[in-house]
Amino acid sequence: MDFELSDEQRLIQQTAREFAEAEVAPHAAAFDQRAEFPYEIVSKMAELGLMGLPIPEEFGGAGADTISYALAVEELARADASVAITMAAHVSLGTMPFLLFGTSEQKEKYIPSLASGERLWAFGLTEPNAGSDAGATQTRASLGDGTWVVNGTKSFITNSGTRLTAGVTVTAVTGPSSNGHAEVSNLIIPAETEGFTVAKDYHKMGWRASDTHELAFQDARVPEENLLGERGKGFRQFLTILDGGRISIAALSVGLAQACLDASVKYARERTQFGKPIGSFEGIQFKIAEMATRIEHARLMTYKAAWLKDKGKDFAMAAGMAKLFSSRIATLAADEAVQIHGGYGVMEEYPVARYWRDVKIGEIGEGTSEIQKLVIARMLDL
Amino acid sequence: MKIAVCVKQVPDTTARKELTDDFRLNRASLDSVLNPFDEYALEEGIRQKEAHEGEVAMVTMGPASAEETMRKGLAMGADRGVLITDSALAGSDIWVTATALAAALRSGGYDLILCGQESADARTGLLPGALAEHLGLPFLSYVQKLDIEGSQLRVRRQLSGGYEVISANLPAVVMVVKAINEPRYPSLKGIMASKRKQVTKLDAGGLGLEPASLGIAGSRTEVVAATPRPAKEPGRMLTEPPSEAAKLIADFLAENKVIA
Ligand SMILES: Cc1cc2nc3c(=O)[nH]c(=O)nc-3n(C[C@H](O)[C@H](O)[C@H](O)COP(=O)(O)OP(=O)(O)OC[C@H]3O[C@@H](n4cnc5c(N)ncnc54)[C@H](O)[C@@H]3O)c2cc1C
Ligand SMILES: Cc1cc2nc3c(=O)[nH]c(=O)nc-3n(C[C@H](O)[C@H](O)[C@H](O)COP(=O)(O)OP(=O)(O)OC[C@H]3O[C@@H](n4cnc5c(N)ncnc54)[C@H](O)[C@@H]3O)c2cc1C
Repeated sequence: MDFELSDEQRLIQQTAREFAEAEVAPHAAAFDQRAEFPYEIVSKMAELGLMGLPIPEEFGGAGADTISYALAVEELARADASVAITMAAHVSLGTMPFLLFGTSEQKEKYIPSLASGERLWAFGLTEPNAGSDAGATQTRASLGDGTWVVNGTKSFITNSGTRLTAGVTVTAVTGPSSNGHAEVSNLIIPAETEGFTVAKDYHKMGWRASDTHELAFQDARVPEENLLGERGKGFRQFLTILDGGRISIAALSVGLAQACLDASVKYARERTQFGKPIGSFEGIQFKIAEMATRIEHARLMTYKAAWLKDKGKDFAMAAGMAKLFSSRIATLAADEAVQIHGGYGVMEEYPVARYWRDVKIGEIGEGTSEIQKLVIARMLDL
Repeated sequence: MKIAVCVKQVPDTTARKELTDDFRLNRASLDSVLNPFDEYALEEGIRQKEAHEGEVAMVTMGPASAEETMRKGLAMGADRGVLITDSALAGSDIWVTATALAAALRSGGYDLILCGQESADARTGLLPGALAEHLGLPFLSYVQKLDIEGSQLRVRRQLSGGYEVISANLPAVVMVVKAINEPRYPSLKGIMASKRKQVTKLDAGGLGLEPASLGIAGSRTEVVAATPRPAKEPGRMLTEPPSEAAKLIADFLAENKVIA
């Protein structure tokens, strides 16, 4: 067993950290308060190569492995979770489906401008009536005269309404299936498609600078070739996409938890009560020591899941566990961080208030904690 | 144009440093990084290459592990690396370090040799001058702006109260200061591509150097004692009312010639 990062992994971690500290962290509070999408930061991330980090070089990405990707997401989240999810959703939900399931024409057509970060792409699975039960998709697409006609609504779709968004891949029922379940397929919907409208941004508690919209499809027409990969494979495809996405959320949660730890240690050293820094009180030390231990645990699980994926081994259970655990301990870390800051922790002048609002989504997005447990239990043959 | 940039592997600048009994830096337990000052020299080299075409080679003398730290420079945009590494070189002083670097640079046919202002560990700032002397080339130190026109070099040298403009013929050795540029981040594509860039390793034999002239044996200086820097004295807290305190601060600044 070897816990050492490779030279490339270490350099990517270092670069992402320096970038996050210099270019992201100083602006995080302002973008959060204004709930404003950080276009300039995204363009700098594109320039650095973050928006296509694990995409192969032949499609214009950097060709890094999943561990490097997780390290980068972690470092970004340590500075700003909104920026981290913007990158992670673009990569693992937006771009990966093309790479994993696209035909060679689709790969060539869509991936290069996404890997360079020039454009963004979204993935629309969730619907008003199909959240955890994602298979209950009500969006329908029918094929006639070489054209798909799409009708339905998608909820909470990340990166779907920015000026950079080139389109969204959506799951839709494309017909009845032989075994009684509906046939589900994924369709590629370019942003400019007529009949496709992007509703106003949601008013969110956390990840406020990230872009999230409800999407409506009313007789939206796309050519037949906009079917992603094979017809009827939509259900399998999104399960696979979500497996990878869980590593993103695990890494993002580890980064946020680390930010909570950093802020807590700093404040515990600075704040004096009863004539001593509060960090000299055992009651505070124990909180911080437990926080650090849980983060180490979550980080190891996350890197392990990424490592399994890089080795081409089955990583689904490890990714589900990493996501479940990391998002939980991140919520605990944020809770303790605010507690350690006392009344100042409630004030937006300190970053822990933002961490506390940002961290909860980790337990909800890309499969709730309850769903992670169901997935894990299923893999234990229950 | 062929450009060489001299870079040094130094202990992580944030780490606590300790000396061994013979007053050498105990590097065993320390993470290493590319000397931060050398990133400015490298950035300048890459910019000059972008403007005038050619290639940028990084040259370093250090332990075998220095190859790892060179990778950052390759990821930033250097084309290749040259690593001078040999156990006979351990303990080399500035004279010997300059001798070895000069031997590697002499045969390279470089038009421009760039160095950083100082290393973040030993920080003598003497090596670039010694190197120019060994190579018999013009030496331009503390350079904050560099322009190349044909075979001529025009630079701005930083002085305490301003700058001077001087020129020299290429080839030349130039030591740059931080004000010269803002080093780029290594791009992530660059990091991945750096694996494919070549680092040539040279040992003493390959450079035609005699072991007896190297390392501690060949060094002309000896470190006879080392003392930690005395702790900084605590600052003075002014508790006077603001109008008086302001006057005290102004007097203090005038006394120390910060203001006239
Ligand atoms: C900021 C943000 C960004 C998002 N981005 C995207 C995106 O880009 N693309 C996308 O497709 N989706 C996105 N989502 C949607 C997200 O994936 C869903 O919100 C999530 O899957 C939960 O679905 P739901 O909100 O409908 O909750 P529901 O499924 O209604 O769940 C409500 C509660 O019931 C629990 N529950 C449900 N079923 C069970 C069960 N069988 N057993 C036990 N408990 C159960 C849940 O765990 C939860 O606690 C995003 C969400 C947010 C908040
Ligand atoms: C505590 C201590 C103990 C020492 N012990 C000894 C000893 O026992 N014997 C001894 O002889 N010397 C010793 N040295 C000096 C050591 O050898 C110097 O580090 C070395 O000669 C280079 O000088 P410098 O680091 O001061 O470089 P500087 O002159 O400060 O560096 C300026 C520039 O020169 C270039 N450069 C410097 N070093 C290299 C390199 N290795 N490869 C490529 N480019 C380089 C870089 O561009 C750098 O920015 C010691 C120094 C210290 C602080």
